[in-house]
Amino acid sequence: MAVDASLAGRTFPPTAPYDVTEEAVTAFAAATGTPYRTGDPAPATFPIVVAFGAMQDLMGDPEVGIELHHVVHGQQKFVHERPIVVGDRLTATLTVSGLRQIAGTDIIATSSAITDGDGSLVCTAEATLLHKAGA
Amino acid sequence: MTDLAPTTYAVTRADLVAYAEASGDPNPIHQDPDVAHSVGLPDVIAHGMFTLALAARYVDEQLGEPGRIAELGAKFTKPVVVPETGTEVQVEGTWRDDRTIALRVTCGGETVLGNPVAVLRG
Repeated sequence: MAVDASLAGRTFPPTAPYDVTEEAVTAFAAATGTPYRTGDPAPATFPIVVAFGAMQDLMGDPEVGIELHHVVHGQQKFVHERPIVVGDRLTATLTVSGLRQIAGTDIIATSSAITDGDGSLVCTAEATLLHKAGA
Repeated sequence: MTDLAPTTYAVTRADLVAYAEASGDPNPIHQDPDVAHSVGLPDVIAHGMFTLALAARYVDEQLGEPGRIAELGAKFTKPVVVPETGTEVQVEGTWRDDRTIALRVTCGGETVLGNPVAVLRG
């Protein structure tokens, strides 16, 4: 089953606030061998931790009709307004920015605005998800 | 146009388990060979985001300074297959202008990320 065409343009509720801790940044950096010392900014792809939560809300929404095991991450881009640091409280708000169907695959373009505790934009995480309907 | 030195990174299944934990992506195709086989993959594959994180690591290492990346993106064009013995991912970069690094990320000589580019803060 293809996803509902009305998904395009839809904005999902913000994710629960995520507190960036020293432990979380250290573990993320260590898993990818990225140089990190206390006080450094988080690695550039760290905001996926927050964006992924928003993507899971999208994929887990029964009304959307995405079959989770048929989703492949096709593309990812981060645009940082400032580096993320320990102590930031981040929230992601995902919008489905585009929806196309090509040869039985839903191409779902998403844009997650990641904001800090003051509501200021910290990073925009753009993800394209490929959904092979009923594959 | 100056080329940056290529760097080779070893990738093990233990790295993927650590990344799954740190990133909150528990998809078993990145950890369990049986699940990977069941969906038609030759073996466990790295998270696309793990490979993109290696590209970011490369830029940080080349610059010797974290937090300079303002933009980073790529297409996940080919999975990085990680057998029990592990694999290697090679990253190299070329300055496109004074703020932009065009990257090339390969595994076994094959390109795994499409058009990976890092733009630095001005």
